[in-house]
This record gives sequence, C-alpha cells and structure tokens, in this order.
Amino acid sequence: MINLTSPLKEGQKNIPDMILGKVTGTVVTTISHPHYKKRRLLVVQPLTLPDDPPEGDFVALDNSQAGVGDTVLVNREGNGARQILDNPDGCVISVIVGIVDSLHIEDWE
Amino acid sequence: MLFGRVRGTAVASIKYPDLTGMKLLVVEPLNKHLEPIGPLQVAVDVVQAGPGDLCVMVRSREAALAMQIHTFVPVDLALIGLVDELVVYPDDQFDLTLKRGSKKYT
Repeated sequence: MINLTSPLKEGQKNIPDMILGKVTGTVVTTISHPHYKKRRLLVVQPLTLPDDPPEGDFVALDNSQAGVGDTVLVNREGNGARQILDNPDGCVISVIVGIVDSLHIEDWE
Repeated sequence: MLFGRVRGTAVASIKYPDLTGMKLLVVEPLNKHLEPIGPLQVAVDVVQAGPGDLCVMVRSREAALAMQIHTFVPVDLALIGLVDELVVYPDDQFDLTLKRGSKKYT
C-alpha cells in the first residue's frame, strides 16, 4: 500500500512541475529522437531563494526561442509537454514555455 | 531530462517480451558540468550510443514513450540524444537567486 502523504525518502526528490530558471548553456545533438527535432535543447538552472541550497540543473526543450542568460518559465511534467508539442505520445518532460520579463516577489513573514 | 555518460552495456537474454531487441546501456548521470550526480543506472538506447558517449536522457513514463514500437514497456530511463557540442557558462555569470521585490529582466 502506498502512503501518498509519507515524507520523501533520502535520495527521492520532490521536483516541482512549473518553475523559473536561468538558461546557462546550449546543447547540440545531431542524432536525437524524432520528437526532439526542430527545437533546441538548453541547459537550465532553477532559481532559488537566497537562503535555499541550489537545485540541480537539467536539460529542457526550447519552445519559445530562449537564449543563454534568459530567465525562463519551464514546465517539467510530461502531460503539459505533450500538449505544448502537440504530440500525444511525445517523450519530452521539460519544455521552456515562456521568457520572463519581470518578477515581483512579496516580502512575507 | 539530464546528461549521462555511457559506461558499459548490459545484456539480458530473458526480459519483458516487448523489450526484445532493445539495447541496454549502463550510464552514469551527470550534471551540466559533467560531474557524476548519482550511481550507475541502466538505460534503454534508442539512438545507438556507444561506450564513452555523452547523451541526453529522459526519465519516468516519457522514457517508455521514447521506445520505437512498443511504448507500454517497463522502462524508466532512455537515451534520446547524442551530445555533439555542449556550451555551459559558469554560474557566477548569472543571478540565480529570487530576490524579494520587483525585478525587470528585459
């Protein structure tokens, strides 16, 4: 029986589905899966609050013509990715779906 | 989606029937600086990678969807691209923190 409310075990990561990140690199792949053709792969580093430890980087498919240095909105979840790429069987998880123009974070507590 | 370096091959003569003919590779997951971030794992190859190749991998259900014929297979890691060129800029060139208040990026 799976307890859905159990805390995460060690090594298990709770990855949020929709995040803000910074594009820090580019990837060139000439041989790739057909679902990855015609779009670029970019290296994204998630943004974190100043007190929090840095999160692991990942590779995302670019759907919004982002470039290195851009702050981007990334969808890290397969169903949304398949909808964006208009491919019901797409094997893509992370897709860059927007470029952030401005950000406002309230001061809480 | 993450980087991985092919470190070996695995052969399983008896496996789930729909996986017949799929190549199994032992891969080492890497971060963007190509440093190992975890133990060796087994991935299914769909791009004909070989030992030493740097690849892009996909996890979870999407790994099974990357298979060419049968996509309802017990696969949790698949190689979906061979990296020819990787350009990563150092983190200190970017502001990677979310500061409170308003910030314009463009």
